[in-house]
Amino acid sequence: MSIGSTPMKYRVKIDTERCMQCKRCIENCSYGVFREEGDKIAIQSRNCVACHRCLAFCPRDAIEIEEKPGDYRSHPVWTREVRETIFNQAKTGKIVLAGMGNAQPYPIIFDRLVLDACQVTNPSIDPLREPMELRTYIGKKPSSLDLRQRDNGEVQLCTKLSPNLQIETPIMIGHMSYGAISLNAQTALAKAASRIGTFMGTGEGGLHESLYPYQSHMIVQVASGRFGVDINYLERGAAIEIKIGQGAKPGIGGHLPGDKVCADISCTRMIPEGTDAISPAPHHDIYSIEDLKQLVRGLKEATEWKKPVFVKIAAVHNSAAIAAGIARSGADAVVVDGFRGGSGATPRVFRDHVGIPVEAAVASVDAKLRQQGIRNEVSIIASGGIRESADVAKIICLGADAVYIGTSALVAMGCRVCGTCYRGTCAWGIATQKPELVARLDPEVNAVQVENLIHGWTLELAELMGAAGINSIESLRGNRDRLRGYMLDEGLMNVLDVKTVGA
Amino acid sequence: MDGSKIREALASMNERGSGEGSGYVAYGIYPDYKEYYALHVFFDNIREHKVPLENLLEKWGMIIHDEQIKTYEQPGLRKVHTPWRYFFRPNPSMMPKSTSPEEDIITSLVMKVNSERNGALIFSSGKNLGVFKAAGWPEDVANFYRIQDYKGYLWLAHNRYPTNTAGWWGGAHPFNLLNWSVVHNGEITSYGTNRRYIESFGYKCTMHTDTEVVAYLIDLLIRKHGLSEEMAVRAFAPPFWDEIDRMQQKEQELNRAIRLAYGPALMNGPFAICVANENLLCGFTDRIKLRPLVTAESGDRLFISSEEAAIRRIDDDVTNIRMPGAGEPVIGRVYS
Repeated sequence: MSIGSTPMKYRVKIDTERCMQCKRCIENCSYGVFREEGDKIAIQSRNCVACHRCLAFCPRDAIEIEEKPGDYRSHPVWTREVRETIFNQAKTGKIVLAGMGNAQPYPIIFDRLVLDACQVTNPSIDPLREPMELRTYIGKKPSSLDLRQRDNGEVQLCTKLSPNLQIETPIMIGHMSYGAISLNAQTALAKAASRIGTFMGTGEGGLHESLYPYQSHMIVQVASGRFGVDINYLERGAAIEIKIGQGAKPGIGGHLPGDKVCADISCTRMIPEGTDAISPAPHHDIYSIEDLKQLVRGLKEATEWKKPVFVKIAAVHNSAAIAAGIARSGADAVVVDGFRGGSGATPRVFRDHVGIPVEAAVASVDAKLRQQGIRNEVSIIASGGIRESADVAKIICLGADAVYIGTSALVAMGCRVCGTCYRGTCAWGIATQKPELVARLDPEVNAVQVENLIHGWTLELAELMGAAGINSIESLRGNRDRLRGYMLDEGLMNVLDVKTVGA
Repeated sequence: MDGSKIREALASMNERGSGEGSGYVAYGIYPDYKEYYALHVFFDNIREHKVPLENLLEKWGMIIHDEQIKTYEQPGLRKVHTPWRYFFRPNPSMMPKSTSPEEDIITSLVMKVNSERNGALIFSSGKNLGVFKAAGWPEDVANFYRIQDYKGYLWLAHNRYPTNTAGWWGGAHPFNLLNWSVVHNGEITSYGTNRRYIESFGYKCTMHTDTEVVAYLIDLLIRKHGLSEEMAVRAFAPPFWDEIDRMQQKEQELNRAIRLAYGPALMNGPFAICVANENLLCGFTDRIKLRPLVTAESGDRLFISSEEAAIRRIDDDVTNIRMPGAGEPVIGRVYS
């Protein structure tokens, strides 16, 4: 015990005057903070992860959670997190796992970009009174059309269009697998996606039978572990996504600890019960861009060229060139996942230090594709750290066609971003497979909440577009003139191709 | 018809301008040189900038004739440039890979000269047509060039109230590329999108104004992609998805394809635009008609204007006065 105990992360207090001993906190806490001791509720603060489940269910507001009640000597270099990671590794000799997205205090580019609005010289458009179009098509677009006029004056379309996904709002739900999240959570997302007229990703965990009714709104994923992949799975999806990388852990594969692999997940993933599902870092049939092209073709051939195929990459330094290669592989969309993208379980060192922000990645991908005249070959889907409708508007201005949201959708289902997903004891029934915890999440109620969120963002997006004098989302796409950088450095403004405020 | 009535019509709408830019384009004014490209150039300084431009032109073809464009001093107009005209024959063997080498040479010369800003600006580059423009009120600009001395069969004229960019000679309308000329009332809120789109096809936006993008989009869709004028306007101001969803299947497929392929060419924001080439005059507005447009006919003549009053200044006996719907193109064709 040479290191001894470290300061508590949280201190939980119950105001005994307010507490009515209903014991809801004991029932709800899945981390063992509360227990009954005689006629008192005893508290083990050290177990608390600040998931706020107890707070949310205390009828008397009697619970108080204080963050960092005792701290280390303050030091700008040797932060608390740095010191605690060392303690952790000194004890275990292992890679430190973490959850959610990047937790380093890097500046957020979104928060240093501001949107434009019309005044005088052009009228803003009122979405309450005028049509406002957010419909988006994801997939290849022809670079030009062959239109021929017949003798009777009728115009004939002689260009054959590739299959596209039609979405009524540029917001989709990203890939969170059955395994990383519970079936109830997936069901809620699937219901929401179907009702909104958008799509959700299955993640790399296969497609559970109970989700078949929503398959026309699901994008099935083929990742390096090939979990759950067979022809039945591929045919059920509206689109197929090849996952090369993920923003939360660029360069490595997915992790699902064996104790989460229950009988049901074992069936869906097609792996033995209780085994760790550790996806390989690369696809073992993709060692270069031409191999990716073969896989894209293979998947299209298997599904009779009826479905768009996406390729998802983590946002890394060379994303632009990689995306240009993907655009030439026959893929229909490239998903760029920024370094703030979430994860059920990821090595802390990857989550916090590898990859680049999605804003810069999308800007450079869009610029590169245009430079090479192949922007129409692929749609760009941005993900990783999309927190509100303004982020959606800004990333579309930078060149994205649509976004994937992950964490935001989970927050709409109650997630408090405690970042403990990798432990599998999520008190909200989201990132867990324990039946008693999963049962806490009502798919119907949560579907409505996710639907509300996307609906709310869509309304806000329509208002933002109207204020900018734009009534169709394609006129916002890549419209960097409608963005200005506020306190961004010159180098970054060049990458984003935006001017400074006031210019 | 000569330019005197055009000047009067334009001047009747002086409330719509600010005296910082006006211009005219007339088709059919150079019958003696109609096989050659008539390049109108603004020089900052004849001594310094003329020779480099001529060297460049001689590299790509032959100057058949050149002269200073006659101008007449006006008290309300400061002559900051010297307008010059060249009749130029490009050498098609210089662009062996192109299917339209002459036009591509002209386009690339215009892009090169105008983006380099070396004291020369080519503001008119078509055959048997000429743009005349400057920073000033319509009457002053017309008198400066003595617009009444030119006889054309098709005219565009414009009175500018600059907002986004300062009133400078190059920024006045019409904008021209090859035989296409454009005048525009409004502000294109999708300019950033349109510019990035058109630049990925090799065009360079150099005038700091949204109107030039219209000229390049027209060149791309009609000349390069071979779309009809109607279909090009459909791409610029397409029907709403709600309308498309209600169309018959074939019509629906066509319109969806146009929006998918040419989404980045969709022009948003308030505008009324008139475009012309040697055979055609076409006017259209944005999808919700945030700027006015009136059309009228008189015999075999078509008039398109922001105001009926201006049309009546030219011809009071017009018939068929109409206000076309949002996004609806009005097309007049020249039959000889």
